[in-house]
Amino acid sequence: MELSVLLPFIVNVIVGGLVLGFVYAIIALGYTMVYGVLQLINFAHSEVFITGAVVGFEIFRVLQDSAMNGYLKLLLALLAAMTVSGLLNVLIERLAYRPLRGAPRLVPLITAIGVSLILQDVLRFLEGLQGRFDLTYTLPTGFGNKFCATDSTCAPVGNFLRTIGVDVQLKDVILVVVALVSLLVLNYVVNRTRLGKAIRAVSQDRVTAGLMGIDSNRMISATFLIGGSLGGVSGVLFGMKFGTVNAYSGFDPGIIAFTAAVLGGIGSIPGAVLGGLLLGVIQNLIGVMNIFGNLLGFANLGTIDASYSKIGPFIVLVLILIFKPTGLLGKSNVEKV
Amino acid sequence: MMKTALSLSVLAALALGTASAQTTIKIATISPLSGGQSNLGTQIRNGVQLAVNEYAAQFKKAGFNLQLVPYDDQADPATGTAAARKIAADNQILAVVGTLNSGVAIPASAALAPSNLVMISPANTANQVTDRGLANMNRIVARDDSQGPAGANFIMNNLKAKKVYVLNDKTAYGEGLAAEVEKALKAKGVTISGSEGTEEKSDFSSIVAKIKLTKPDAIYFGGIYNQIGVFIKQLRGAGIDTPVVGGDGLDSSELPVIIGKAGANNVYYTTVAAPLEALPAAKTFAANFQKTFNTPAQGFGAFGYDAAKVTLQGILDAARANGGKAPSRKQVMDTIRKGTYKGLLSGEVSFNSVGDRKAATLYVIKIKDGKAALETSLSVKPPKN
Repeated sequence: MELSVLLPFIVNVIVGGLVLGFVYAIIALGYTMVYGVLQLINFAHSEVFITGAVVGFEIFRVLQDSAMNGYLKLLLALLAAMTVSGLLNVLIERLAYRPLRGAPRLVPLITAIGVSLILQDVLRFLEGLQGRFDLTYTLPTGFGNKFCATDSTCAPVGNFLRTIGVDVQLKDVILVVVALVSLLVLNYVVNRTRLGKAIRAVSQDRVTAGLMGIDSNRMISATFLIGGSLGGVSGVLFGMKFGTVNAYSGFDPGIIAFTAAVLGGIGSIPGAVLGGLLLGVIQNLIGVMNIFGNLLGFANLGTIDASYSKIGPFIVLVLILIFKPTGLLGKSNVEKV
Repeated sequence: MMKTALSLSVLAALALGTASAQTTIKIATISPLSGGQSNLGTQIRNGVQLAVNEYAAQFKKAGFNLQLVPYDDQADPATGTAAARKIAADNQILAVVGTLNSGVAIPASAALAPSNLVMISPANTANQVTDRGLANMNRIVARDDSQGPAGANFIMNNLKAKKVYVLNDKTAYGEGLAAEVEKALKAKGVTISGSEGTEEKSDFSSIVAKIKLTKPDAIYFGGIYNQIGVFIKQLRGAGIDTPVVGGDGLDSSELPVIIGKAGANNVYYTTVAAPLEALPAAKTFAANFQKTFNTPAQGFGAFGYDAAKVTLQGILDAARANGGKAPSRKQVMDTIRKGTYKGLLSGEVSFNSVGDRKAATLYVIKIKDGKAALETSLSVKPPKN
């Protein structure tokens, strides 16, 4: 096969991987924020995120026939999903984690898994009441348009993409923009505001921060609120990208995003983003490995098809844990005596 | 001595009594009448009831009182087998119509086999149902292993595809079906531009990219509607309008909903349960069904009706051969396997040596603008004759 066909194919796969990676990155931020503050892996985050996806679906469904501007619908969906997922996360922390704050680490981990299972069935029940299981996103018309495919006066990026034959749908572009905006906002809140300073203080040393007059419980709630809202955003993005969600579809992306957080260095915000993007690309490249295998004549590669794509992230995780246990951007925790 | 004479006379009296009155002949149904699949199971029962109502007069004339005894299997093999044992113990039951699920038919027919009680299935498609070669198990629908080749033929002859991408969902059902299709396509020299399995339920981007690169003329996907629907949605979203073909796992009204209005086009699937519009004589049947049960007839109702007509005609033939007396279960079993039955909704029925219908029909349904309609029907033959 000639290079002129193969090159756009590879670029397409990488671009697709990056788009997917942004979804993972935003989910991973939810894990990493909570871990940074509490050293707790919030396994219920995958359901918090799917709750956001369900709320987004409901908003799009209700607004389906209204003549409202498509971007306004999206904004409403995002805000609603952020609110519900954020509050849900705060509630989970209050009811399931706070009473166990002093318990050994394994205990809140098990509770987290329990909460995750309960949320799955609650979601299924609520949608099941209306006779639905697979929730199909009805996006505003136009969101599925190819980016700049028909418009000749489009932005330089669009022209560039068109020249190299990569197709990106408008919804992918929107997805990346929303993800970047949430990242910038998060970065601002954590690094530039009093709230962020307090959260960082609590994450460094809860007891000392308390002595300095910071209400650590309130800061932990704030962390869960922010993490949950990010989960809501990623849920809507996930629904937009794949078109369909159900109560159980949070598990796979949740565990991959968790891997992304560990890969980047759990507790590190830029690390989570880097990890998410890397895993998105790796996953998509492994999914098309058999094409290269067939082209290059490696019969063994030819059998590595899409069914292996999700193993990729975990192989990377194992390698990272062996060679750089703190993750790519993580700082090692020096125990002080 | 006295005792023996007495019991002998009692026996004689009983024998005389039954000879003078009308003999009761019963047939039974086994199908899910409760639980999640009761909609389909009740269709089968109702279809059989309709046939029994129609044949009651003929049986009366021949001196028999015809009755239907429906049993509920709840789509559960253990419950179905227990029902089969109860049926075997009732000597007046000469034949069984059932079941809906192959998983129930297999043990139930084995439980009926020692008492030579014949079973005619209106719905079971698993190869194993007849591959065991039981003398009492017959079916009037096509087998699973004819679905693969039928799908392949449709891809070659109707879609004229030269290059096909084959996918499966890595389950026994999807993988088997896709393998059959691939085998049949390869045998006819069609290029397989890719073949892979995936358990993925939401992210098909790498597969879609590969399809875009290899540009197949058609895609076959062995699997269930909820997975394939998401795949088609993403495929259409990427601007690929290639036809997608699948098996009866796509036979759900949910499929077009998942794909969404814009993309629910150019999708085909093979299925054994015919839409009623595909059955030539179904118009009167559908009207009678509606009138009797106050609910519209569906495919399985029609096949239940057909299976019952085969059964009842078989019993009448066996009785005639038996000099007008009620036939034994073995006589009924042998007569049905050998007979030819005409005037059915789904055409003529005759069975091969293992109980498969010699010429069964598979229906190809096309989804266009989100609506399912009959595209074509294919005549299929079982592997044995």
